[in-house]
Amino acid sequence: MSGVETVEEARTTGRRTRRAPWLAELLRRPAGVAAGAWILVLVVSAVVSSFWTPHDPFEADPASMWQTPSGAHLFGTDGIGRDIFSYVFAASRTTVLVAVSAGLLATVVGVGLSALGSLTARWVRESMAVVIDILIAFPTILIAMLLSSILGGSLFVVVTAVGIGYGVNISRVSRAEIRRVGRTDYVLAARASGVGPAGILGRHILPNVAPVFVVQLSLAMATSILAEAGLSYLGYGASASTASWGRLLNDLQVYIAIHPGSVVWPGLAITLTVLAFNLLGDAIREVSDPRLRTASNRADRRRNHS
Amino acid sequence: MSLIVTGLTVTIGGRTVVDDLSFTVADGERFGLIGESGSGKSLTILSLLGLAPEAAHVTGSAVLDGTELIGLSEEELATIRGNRVGMVFQDPQSALNPLHRIGRQIVEPLRLHGGRNERLSKAELRERAVEAVREVGLPDPESLVDAYPHQLSGGQRQRVGIAIALACRPGLLLADEPTTALDVTTQAEILALFERLVSSRGTSLVFVTHDLAVLSQIADDVAVLSAGHMVERGPVATLLEAPTHPVTRGLVAAARATIWSAS
Repeated sequence: MSGVETVEEARTTGRRTRRAPWLAELLRRPAGVAAGAWILVLVVSAVVSSFWTPHDPFEADPASMWQTPSGAHLFGTDGIGRDIFSYVFAASRTTVLVAVSAGLLATVVGVGLSALGSLTARWVRESMAVVIDILIAFPTILIAMLLSSILGGSLFVVVTAVGIGYGVNISRVSRAEIRRVGRTDYVLAARASGVGPAGILGRHILPNVAPVFVVQLSLAMATSILAEAGLSYLGYGASASTASWGRLLNDLQVYIAIHPGSVVWPGLAITLTVLAFNLLGDAIREVSDPRLRTASNRADRRRNHS
Repeated sequence: MSLIVTGLTVTIGGRTVVDDLSFTVADGERFGLIGESGSGKSLTILSLLGLAPEAAHVTGSAVLDGTELIGLSEEELATIRGNRVGMVFQDPQSALNPLHRIGRQIVEPLRLHGGRNERLSKAELRERAVEAVREVGLPDPESLVDAYPHQLSGGQRQRVGIAIALACRPGLLLADEPTTALDVTTQAEILALFERLVSSRGTSLVFVTHDLAVLSQIADDVAVLSAGHMVERGPVATLLEAPTHPVTRGLVAAARATIWSAS
């Protein structure tokens, strides 16, 4: 046992808080806990629905049309007798798939473009900036519709459109942030301590840029869910054989005047999920910056200023 | 460690900001560079370590104990920065990384340059950080190494800045207006700390400031800069008593009130 850990143990409540202080801090925030819990529920239902759903989400049953919520049909049934709960449950798979792959693509595109935009020769940087500005001028939905008119509507199109659209956005925001952090005194001071270019980027610039990046990423994931729902609603997204909240919303909204209760479920699922991603992004940003982790530090600050 | 600067010239975008500057800092000497803002004094010491802005073009010579510094590659400079030459910055509020604990920042130069002679374990590094914090007179060093910069006051942060600069026991310390952002009482404490650490270790010091009152307490020899030129040079006492150049006279007049009230 090294001296570091023994002293740490005496100071903090336990070793776990030392290992991942931001995680403990995240669990102390109601918004962070609620958002994290909802996303966990979503991931679990995406996994479970791959094996099992209460009813076949696509099975039409003319004998039980427009049933109100009951023990057999938790959310009721739709106009062709499909179980709405099973459908919403199964569609979580689509949502998770879209959010994760769009998030990954946005990260790759965003990090790639901002690396090119801040580390390369001047003429490459400047032309990159022009291309990025042109790409930003096209709304994500428009890019998706463009792609789907060429390739046909599919989830792949949604993911590509949102991933590239938000990747470009991430790169624009983080490039400005990288430049700002690169000019700070602590980066200059680190260079004066003999830190090389890799250390400057990895230990000083990127950690300070990360909060902005996390917020953009959570926004990208939330938007991808909205875009998938929106595009599926318009008929450009998920194919008929794929369960999707947007498609269900489209199917049910025709009857909103007659059966207003049924359309609530996909709408609620979309709203809660988008909200959860936004809240989680905010909470992570707050806990990743020690200056914003005020609750536990108030005591320390008093001690040091006395 | 001795430093011999000859004909140092810095141009930015065709404009000469430091013009043909020459001075010598003997081993263990405390040398002051003074001038109004924009006179090129900060740029001079940044150029010595290759830290001037990218747009700056530096020519001339600066020899540190036989090593020519001007024109060295980034890799070669990285072995000198923080190791043979330490640097303290003006604004302690912004010169520390807000995300890293104090201890980690203090031992960063040690981790980078320690590899040459010794490989330090985590516990040893922590011990060195605690020792460094104690040496610069900060309270409760054992727990202070775990604090974040925003939990410290300006004076405390500047002490941390000094601890970082001296972590590898460099032969030369460059200080860029290290007391300017502090209040007068803290200034006096920080100056006393510089005095104590530099003389106990025999470290050479280049101290940049616009305040002659500050230099009169810390420097032996002083060079006065104005618009990139050296206009006067001599022992600090001589300059205070018989300034010849108008710029020096202005600095003496500005400093006088502070000096008389202090003594």
